[in-house]
Amino acid sequence: MVEIRDGKKVLVTPVSKEDLKDIKIGDIIWLDGDLMTCRDVAHRRLVEYGRELPYDIKDKAIFHAGPIVRKIEGTDDDYEMVSVGPTTSMRMEKFEYEFTKETGVRVIVGKGGMGPNTEKACKEFGAIHCVFPAGCAVVAATEVEYVAEHHWDELGMPETLWCCKVKEFGPLIVSIDTDGRNLFEEQKVIYNEKKEAAKQRIYPEVKFIK
Amino acid sequence: MMKETEIKKLTDMVADFVGHIGKKLPDDVVAKIEELGSKEDAALPKVLYETMTKNQSLAVELDRPSCQDTGVLQFWLKCGTNFPYINELENLLTDAVVQATFATPLRHNSVQTFDEYNTKKNVGKGTPTVWWDIVPNSDTCEIYAYMAGGGCTLPGKAMVLMPGAGYEGITDFVLDQMTSYGLNACPPLLVGVGVGTSIETAALNSKKALMRPIGSHNDNENAAKMEQLLEDGINSIGLGPQGMGGKYSVMGVNIENTARHPSTIGVAVNVGCWSHRRGHIIVDRDLNVTCDTHSTWKFEA
Ligand code: SF4
Repeated sequence: MVEIRDGKKVLVTPVSKEDLKDIKIGDIIWLDGDLMTCRDVAHRRLVEYGRELPYDIKDKAIFHAGPIVRKIEGTDDDYEMVSVGPTTSMRMEKFEYEFTKETGVRVIVGKGGMGPNTEKACKEFGAIHCVFPAGCAVVAATEVEYVAEHHWDELGMPETLWCCKVKEFGPLIVSIDTDGRNLFEEQKVIYNEKKEAAKQRIYPEVKFIK
Repeated sequence: MMKETEIKKLTDMVADFVGHIGKKLPDDVVAKIEELGSKEDAALPKVLYETMTKNQSLAVELDRPSCQDTGVLQFWLKCGTNFPYINELENLLTDAVVQATFATPLRHNSVQTFDEYNTKKNVGKGTPTVWWDIVPNSDTCEIYAYMAGGGCTLPGKAMVLMPGAGYEGITDFVLDQMTSYGLNACPPLLVGVGVGTSIETAALNSKKALMRPIGSHNDNENAAKMEQLLEDGINSIGLGPQGMGGKYSVMGVNIENTARHPSTIGVAVNVGCWSHRRGHIIVDRDLNVTCDTHSTWKFEA
């Protein structure tokens, strides 16, 4: 579902392919609902070892992140999010096509760009990749309402699947959309052109070896 | 005071300071982020800067580390030979990091190499990293403390150019890093460039460059000119906050240099991310402390 709240575009899980149709690279959106942390080992288990995820993420969102969590005092097994920031999404690139195909995940959140596998997945299955501003771990933690479930605890705190309920989680900047367009790749072309121009300006000024 | 008491005081002081820099950015970084944010007018960079600023105030309000990657602790010491605690300093810094790790809390970022296990104390063989500069006949000690993150200053790049490449080669090397390594290091960046005779002298110079205040300049006129040229050049690429596009890319470019062999030009690039958590204190023989990076820090023993 898509809701507009005080001018903010908020995706509410479950998210359908249709909901993502008008969302394009560079858009700023927010997320309500189910967001599960999921990074290196979980991707490997699913894609390489064919293990099923213990939590259904079809039409939901994942977050490439390794958080700091704290057990809530007086409970057996309840945790709160202290600090959670995105980790480099590119590490998951080699798994993301298969991962998206198998799980039906709709929204992938992380840091930095991803590559052709993810572009292909987003286009074929109707998913998007978004960036959460890195270094803003306290903002992200306060947008997690509570941790509903956690699985694969044996992987340790950063790799555990923390299944969070989030409220207006963002800002999320769309970096790959359902057309398979890739913001970082398009930006890189512009950056490289400008970089070459800058070099040409600097060269004549730095002839210190005479 | 017994020496033991004094050592404890210095340990507590460093631990307290380390915890503080994990939660509060230095004054020069705060001012620069505010300045760069105010100059953006497109919606995307504006929202990013707003979120970054909000994150820093929430970190103080909720008393939590502002970024989840609290890095490896790195210290650069300029220690007087007559500083009364010179012998205890290295052990005491390790103790201070352990103390800060549990008190702050900091993430456990020390993995013993080859044995490949996390010590869960944030210290290990050779970490925290400590670099010594010995200052003859002085009885004070300057301590630079830095939270070196896994995506920004720890990777870095260095190489030794042939003199034929000249300073044009340095320009290429620095700018090429900006659209690859720099792009993913959470811009706007503070770029440290080291020039020297070899791989390790250039690398250490590039790290020391990151300790210099934003807006300061190299004493050498040509080097200072190159700092400005590189700063303007990298800004013109328009990496913007988080590398997603904007009017600026960097908080500054600092170059530190030493002499070179006629056959070599060593060059290194080391970037500090927007969350550039470095601090500087000066401790005298009686353990009076002054801090010129964080007006927000007061130490009470
Ligand atoms: S580069 Fe800096 S701000 Fe970004 S995640 Fe690493 S430590 Fe945090």
